[in-house]
Amino acid sequence: MPKVIYTSPDGRAHTVDARIGASVMETAVKHGIPGIVAECGGALSCATCHVFVATSWIDQTGTAEDFEDEMLDDATTPRQSHSRLSCQIRLTDEFDGLEVTIAPEQ
Amino acid sequence: MTQDQATEQHTGILVVGGGEAGVAVATQLRTLGYAEAVTIVGGEPYAPYQRPPLSKGFLNGTEDEESLELRASEFFEEQRIVVWTGRRVEQLDLGTNCTGGVATLDDGSRVSYDGLALATGASARTLPGIPPGLRGVHTLRGMADAIALRAALDGSAEVVVIGGGFIGLEVAATARSRGARVTVVETMSRLLQRLCAPPLSEHCLKVHRDAGIDVLLDCSVASLRASHGAVTGVELDDGTVLRASLVVVGIGAVPDIELAQAAGLRCQRGVVVDAAGRTGRVDVVAAGDCTVQRHPHRVDALLGIESVHNAVEQGKAAAHVLLGLEPPAPATPWFWSDQGDLKIQMAGISDGYDDHVVRKVDDRLTVLYYRHGNLIAVEVANNPREFMILRRALDKGHHIDRDRAEDVATPLRELVQSP
Ligand SMILES: Cc1cc2nc3c(=O)[nH]c(=O)nc-3n(C[C@H](O)[C@H](O)[C@H](O)COP(=O)(O)OP(=O)(O)OC[C@H]3O[C@@H](n4cnc5c(N)ncnc54)[C@H](O)[C@@H]3O)c2cc1C
Ligand code: FES
Repeated sequence: MPKVIYTSPDGRAHTVDARIGASVMETAVKHGIPGIVAECGGALSCATCHVFVATSWIDQTGTAEDFEDEMLDDATTPRQSHSRLSCQIRLTDEFDGLEVTIAPEQ
Repeated sequence: MTQDQATEQHTGILVVGGGEAGVAVATQLRTLGYAEAVTIVGGEPYAPYQRPPLSKGFLNGTEDEESLELRASEFFEEQRIVVWTGRRVEQLDLGTNCTGGVATLDDGSRVSYDGLALATGASARTLPGIPPGLRGVHTLRGMADAIALRAALDGSAEVVVIGGGFIGLEVAATARSRGARVTVVETMSRLLQRLCAPPLSEHCLKVHRDAGIDVLLDCSVASLRASHGAVTGVELDDGTVLRASLVVVGIGAVPDIELAQAAGLRCQRGVVVDAAGRTGRVDVVAAGDCTVQRHPHRVDALLGIESVHNAVEQGKAAAHVLLGLEPPAPATPWFWSDQGDLKIQMAGISDGYDDHVVRKVDDRLTVLYYRHGNLIAVEVANNPREFMILRRALDKGHHIDRDRAEDVATPLRELVQSP
């Protein structure tokens, strides 16, 4: 099971065991990690699952494309180069130890 | 459980229905620091799950049952939220002085409570006159329906979808992408008639026809044809018969209000509440698809808002109300629908508009709706960037000049004005 480390807007870190195939958003929401709202449940329609991927992981996760990229341009917290909508990152074993910081406003 | 195992228990707050709204009430109670017992009674034999993927990712096989769960079971345990699945509340005695009552479950168990939240949702409307048990005829509301429909789609070459609403069109797009021959039959003169304004309806019609779906408007079903207990065709009111191995009936949902009605709560199609789920009794709230609330633009009209956003926001607000706290101001309602490559997002209630602006570039469409000069709603297809800007403008009460919005070359972001 890959572990994902989330840093909440209040600075606290939460480590969660993720299911393979689940998204970074889904893993957080199911365990009640504060900060990820995910109004649309992963349908790429709300942009309330915005995270900053740790720079050391960005090659692995890849960067936003197409609609995700457009939505991040107008996300509530201004985007950074390593911004992603966390419902669009699906977890595999290769993501064990992935670190993301949750955007302060969704 | 049998009647012999019926129990007597007490809970602080009883939530009837374990969907989006019920889970929102329960989790918000904990967020607000409520310490007494919270119990959710959910009629379906599944842990609380999301419905939207049932007609989208779950139906096309990219999502499974586990990925649809709203929360992990450990989360409910940590939060001390007790979830009973596969058990129904059959009867409510609301008591006389608004300080709690008693619910009776289907196994005869009785649960007394201090506060009650009704989140019973809705059921799929069925087509009258269909012989019960006819194979090949499906509706889609819950997980069990979706599992059955997914299996049925596998071998079906000819699919007829009755009803051109969101769920019907989502199912039609999925069936088409799997290679089936698909016909949508709609009684009204346009798609999504009750749900959006004409510009978006026309856009949807073109997209689905271009994808090879036959869409028949102004067209009603007279009867179903069957052979050996299975459906074989759909006869239309003009006598035409469409061959069908699978018929999906997507003609809307009916709020589940039997309990509320029998208990004496005010109901008019749904349980009548305000945006915060108030029923008129301090110890009873209702939220989500089982409710209707005041229409924002039509005097004396009531509106049922069947969306995840409303279920969650009303559920959260209702938790405040149960604890005697002031609920947050209601946010602009919004909705999404994914129909194959067509991505629809809408915010606000367009019904009641007196002016609108269409921005269309290739397959991207944005429609802004105004009433008395104010922006009241937006509907967007394949244009998530503009949706982000417009939804925020609606939420914050910002203005967008309608004449300048007509020029598609001007980015909307430049037009947003604070009041
Ligand atoms: C196929 C489909 C696709 C959808 N797609 C979208 C979408 O893309 N975007 C969007 O915003 N919305 C969508 N919706 C609508 C959205 O899912 C609903 O608005 C939302 O689920 C409403 O939540 P709810 O909690 O009010 O009701 P529900 O989710 O219906 O939950 C109510 C629950 O209460 C239970 N119940 C009823 N009576 C009793 C009783 N007496 N005792 C115990 N339990 C009881 C029911 O069994 C049910 O499990 C879709 C709905 C469907 C069916
Ligand atoms: S959860 Fe809505 S866009 Fe990610």
